[in-house]
Amino acid sequence: MGKTSSRDRLSNEINAGSMADIAFLLLIFFLVTTTIDVDKGVLVKLPPWSTEPPETMTLNERNVFSVMVNAENQLLVRGELEKIEDLREKAKEFIWNPNKRPDMAEKPTKAIISLKNDRGTEYKTYVEVYNELKAAYNELREEEAQRKYAKPYEYLARDQQKEIRARIPLVLSEAEPTNFGEEN
Amino acid sequence: MGKFQKKRGKTAPEVSTASLPDIIFMLLFFFMVTTVLRDATLKVNVVVPQATELTKLEKKSLVNYLHIGKPTAQWKETYGTKPLLQLGDKISKLTDIPLFLEQHKSSVPETQRPGINSSLKVDGKVTMGIVTDVKTELRKANQLKVNYSAKPRVD
Repeated sequence: MGKTSSRDRLSNEINAGSMADIAFLLLIFFLVTTTIDVDKGVLVKLPPWSTEPPETMTLNERNVFSVMVNAENQLLVRGELEKIEDLREKAKEFIWNPNKRPDMAEKPTKAIISLKNDRGTEYKTYVEVYNELKAAYNELREEEAQRKYAKPYEYLARDQQKEIRARIPLVLSEAEPTNFGEEN
Repeated sequence: MGKFQKKRGKTAPEVSTASLPDIIFMLLFFFMVTTVLRDATLKVNVVVPQATELTKLEKKSLVNYLHIGKPTAQWKETYGTKPLLQLGDKISKLTDIPLFLEQHKSSVPETQRPGINSSLKVDGKVTMGIVTDVKTELRKANQLKVNYSAKPRVD
């Protein structure tokens, strides 16, 4: 009988060769099930809460880039209906104002972006709009970095980045949303 | 030298594979330890929107997660179909946010507390109403660093 023949052997060790296979199996299981979940997102800084009514500032209208998103997810940029795809270019032109137009920002430091939405606006649209506005600033900073230092923004030293950020500051004010179209 | 000559006389020695399992086990334990299992099961559906200007959240221990979405099919009967907020593993009210933030804060060493981020994982189809309310609560609780969780856009 084949079974008993093993008893006749001298050394009766457990074959450890298959241990590796078992461990490999477990390893692969963990490798497959592990999702190294990197959480990414659009970073924003909320304004601090205060109960006092905000002081009214008189702003030169040319410095304000107003973006409104309604409950139908339509965009009104400075009084005109726009598409999200065009928002980035519009914002860049407004902030940088390369042609020194009298109806656009005097200089980037004076530009203010005002964002307003309805309570019924889809979150997806809101994030897209926010993303485009942020992208406009990031692109302008990138261009400035290339112009001044001929290097991409992310490779600049800390204080150089800071300087560019100060030159093109992201000022985005969000108004309280209006109560339209909230789902119940 | 006697030492070497003795060995030559033997038949070809095999490489011992006995330590192989140990090596593999080491790898296995490494992966088991580094794997962070998600501690909360989601009761709301969250499909985050896509964006391009993304920032990575580096330190996971400094992040608290707020999920907003519609209840999953399993929880529809209990909670209805309106979008809801989930903190940790339970559906919560807006008024629970300060306590939730405080609880998370107490688990973070004091020196690192200014670096705490709130990650808003919000379903793309949710309307801004509840998101605004949550943002207001965060502002009231002085948690101003917020990250709108999003996926990189694939064109």
